Amino acid sequence: MQDEAVKDEKAPEEPSSRAQFLKIAGGTGAAGALAIFLAACGDDEKSSSSSSDSKSEDKSSDSAKGDLEIVNYALTLEYLEAAFYNQVLESGEVKDKKIAEIAKTIAEDENQHVVALTATVKQLGGTPAAKPKTNFDDVLAGGEKKILETAATVENLGAAAYLGQAPRIKSKEVLAAALSIHTVEGRHAAVLNSVIGKSIVPDGAFAKPADMATVLKAVKPFIAA
Amino acid sequence: MSDNNMKTPDLANIQVKGMTRESFIMRGAIAAGSVYGLSTVTPFISQAMAQGDGDVDILNFALTLEYLEAAFYTEALKQVSGLSADVKELATTTRDDENEHVDAISATVEKLGGKPAAKPGVDFGKAFANEKSFLTTAVTFEDLGVGAYNGAGPSIKSKEVLAAAGSIVQVEGRHAGAVRLLNGDKIAPSPFDKGIPMAEVLMKAKPFIKS
Repeated sequence: MQDEAVKDEKAPEEPSSRAQFLKIAGGTGAAGALAIFLAACGDDEKSSSSSSDSKSEDKSSDSAKGDLEIVNYALTLEYLEAAFYNQVLESGEVKDKKIAEIAKTIAEDENQHVVALTATVKQLGGTPAAKPKTNFDDVLAGGEKKILETAATVENLGAAAYLGQAPRIKSKEVLAAALSIHTVEGRHAAVLNSVIGKSIVPDGAFAKPADMATVLKAVKPFIAA
Repeated sequence: MSDNNMKTPDLANIQVKGMTRESFIMRGAIAAGSVYGLSTVTPFISQAMAQGDGDVDILNFALTLEYLEAAFYTEALKQVSGLSADVKELATTTRDDENEHVDAISATVEKLGGKPAAKPGVDFGKAFANEKSFLTTAVTFEDLGVGAYNGAGPSIKSKEVLAAAGSIVQVEGRHAGAVRLLNGDKIAPSPFDKGIPMAEVLMKAKPFIKS
């Protein structure tokens, strides 16, 4: 767990995490769909070039840039999650009343996360990531079982994604905001795992983080070309 | 500070063992919190802790809570009669996780050159009267644990310690969601698990700590 965290820490030292994203995207050979997703994650040019009168301001805008990239990455994931639950609720595929209630709570949470992260990006002087085009047709066609399994996968991934970014966040305010969302994703993940008969703590007593590349690869099937 | 201590001897007597250097600051801050309100006191604690081994203090604070939680589930499994299979399974998983957290945090404190907080004496009152009272208290504990870690997280200096705390708090969040589900509560009380200031966490944990 710590090895991964340390590995992840190196990312900001690269010329740009965005360059890394693009490298990954090129490697997978699915440029079309991922380009949209990636553009959403790295749209911070405006803020980084706008104001820098002194060296100290340069430094602070650098760390703000890193945080901005992380928040926009989180925002893109939340958009994806929110779209998923909104479509699941619209589909009426979840028949069990208790489970439908859970899906409704989660949908509300994810929609609130989108609102909060959008506001955070603006506070940091950045441009919020655009809502990605998603496609959950196959999942929705698979019925309640497939929907719940996918939901569990997405929540566990989301929780791991926040955990992977937390040590990279520079601003205490942004970190506090990310942590407050992270555990809610953990709640969702455990509840959905429980619903589909899996362990509430699949990693054991210590949750494992996931880096951006891993998360990106995992959500790729849900991004529409 | 000493004046405030005198006014609220009960609060000032909360013992969180292991917080050697800052213990007087903590007690004073808690006492002051009851006089001036918690929001005035929290920055004071952060400030005091920023001057020294802040991470060790935060870890020992977390260790005390983990000890409490571990004892809670250990005792529950012995004392609550007629637990359903689902509840028993959850309590067992959670107990094992909390014990692992205790071991890991103790080891981390030692690695950082600190002295791990001692296991506190506990008193869970009527929490074990039946399954419902156990689950309700468990919800309180897990939500409090989540809030405690999330509140302390931004004050952690070491990235490694933050990563470790993050991997633990996610598990606390998972426990919280699962135990709420079993108790018939909303799985997340809010879309955001806001951090709870240390002084407030200590006040909420106080009824379960036997000095």
